Amino acid sequence: MSRVLALHLGLVALLLAMHFVLPAYHHGNLARVMVLACYAIGFNILFGYTGLLSLGHALFFAAGMYGMGLAITQLGAAPAPALLAGLIAGLVVAGITGALALRTVGVAFMIVTLMFAQAGYLTILYFGDITHGDEGFVIQPAQRVLWGLDLSDPSWRYLAAWALFSACLIASLALVRHPFGRTLTAIRENEERARLLGYDVALRKWVAVVISGGISALSGAAYGLLFGYAGASFASVQYSIFPLLWVLLGGAGTVLGPFIGTLFMFYLIDLTSGITTAYMLLAGVVLVLLTLFAPQGLVGEVRRRGWGWLP
Amino acid sequence: MLELDQIDTGYGRAQVLRGFSLRVEPGEILCLFGRNGAGKTTVMKAIMGLLPLWSGEVTVDGTPTGRLPAHKVPLQGVGYVPQGRRLFSELTVAQNIEIGLRARGSGPEVEEEVLALFPRLRERYRQRAETLSGGEQQMLATARALCLRPKVLLLDEPTEGLQPSMIEAIRQVITAMRDRGVAVLLVEQRVDAVLTVADRVAFIENGRNGEVMSAQALRTDHAIVERYIGV
Repeated sequence: MSRVLALHLGLVALLLAMHFVLPAYHHGNLARVMVLACYAIGFNILFGYTGLLSLGHALFFAAGMYGMGLAITQLGAAPAPALLAGLIAGLVVAGITGALALRTVGVAFMIVTLMFAQAGYLTILYFGDITHGDEGFVIQPAQRVLWGLDLSDPSWRYLAAWALFSACLIASLALVRHPFGRTLTAIRENEERARLLGYDVALRKWVAVVISGGISALSGAAYGLLFGYAGASFASVQYSIFPLLWVLLGGAGTVLGPFIGTLFMFYLIDLTSGITTAYMLLAGVVLVLLTLFAPQGLVGEVRRRGWGWLP
Repeated sequence: MLELDQIDTGYGRAQVLRGFSLRVEPGEILCLFGRNGAGKTTVMKAIMGLLPLWSGEVTVDGTPTGRLPAHKVPLQGVGYVPQGRRLFSELTVAQNIEIGLRARGSGPEVEEEVLALFPRLRERYRQRAETLSGGEQQMLATARALCLRPKVLLLDEPTEGLQPSMIEAIRQVITAMRDRGVAVLLVEQRVDAVLTVADRVAFIENGRNGEVMSAQALRTDHAIVERYIGV
């Protein structure tokens, strides 16, 4: 087994072990972090590996969350098909968004994706009769029993989050080491050169948007199912900025970066909010320092300082 | 064989090439020579489909390629090493070569051939491209283009800024490609670099065809070099 695989499987094993040793509070936190890290993993595929900065990823996260939630509350679907509905909703939205947004480049791409996400957010508010607008809606514990496992139970919830995270992490690792993943990196490094080697860059970028959107949607669907709530705030600009911060902190274009960044940011806010009500100020200072001294993110910095083999 | 027939093209509404024609035979190195801004790189971009043809046609072995999307031109057997190398700097030498190989579905035997031409790259195989010297980067950029098994090879100032030993290594590869029957179109600024490898020289001035002559003839005609590039 290569050291790359050993490291990633080691993390997966460590997180499973945490299930048995963590106190209830951190146990719940880590479950949440793992699901959100999946969102960051999806974002990282587009931003970190393909070099496309989307400012509208909350659209995909929310598409998954509402696709799953509405399938349960409006159609009476069971959790498994509801999760699938969330995934499909995200893939469709990502496919359409990608086809239109990729007609632009650079700053225009960022603005267009942001506008799409805002349109999605307003659509949720507009159809308040179904989506319950700003308030959102609760998915009852009885509706969250997946294959006989009660996901409202903290233990099963943690294990479900762990399974999802493990799958996303390993899939992400496999993708970036696959020749297709390498061409995404090539596009990020030099789009014109990749085209001049015979690669259909436009198609590959679109596929990257769909994969990234699909993983984000799956994360959104899982978040709604595991924590029993779907709300418009998850479609807001804030939730488009979060994965960018997590990925930048952890290390864009690294497989472990999204998880480390999400974990770091989650606990940074958690700890500073226990010290002062001006916790965002403290968190901000720490983030600025990190950006100054580890501009490639935490994992990126580790890679730069000698672990060059980190994918 | 590469043939450009009366092509017009430019950037936006600014026309650069005006009825420009060129023909490079298999097993020949033709050097395109001209002042800065004469249109040399524009010729390369037009061949590679990076600029739309306003009129005229580009053909590779008789197949029209002038209106293909840029990513389909290499699949017709055209390899391009642009000025400034443009590697995938965060990828290793091996990964850069792999991307070149997969573009046309070439196998490991092609990689072996390419590495045999550039033994230095074998020594740097697991190293990130950004850590290579300028000469090694040029070797890698050329190697990646050769992974396409090109029938036509375009090189835009491949020896620019390299030390003499590296220039010699690149030169040997270019002549090796010619000996294998590849049609090589070379853009160079340095007369001495051209004279040692080129079979023919074509001049370009303000996007129009200038004179075409053998490299042998150029060696004795200093006036023409003075006229076209002012050295």
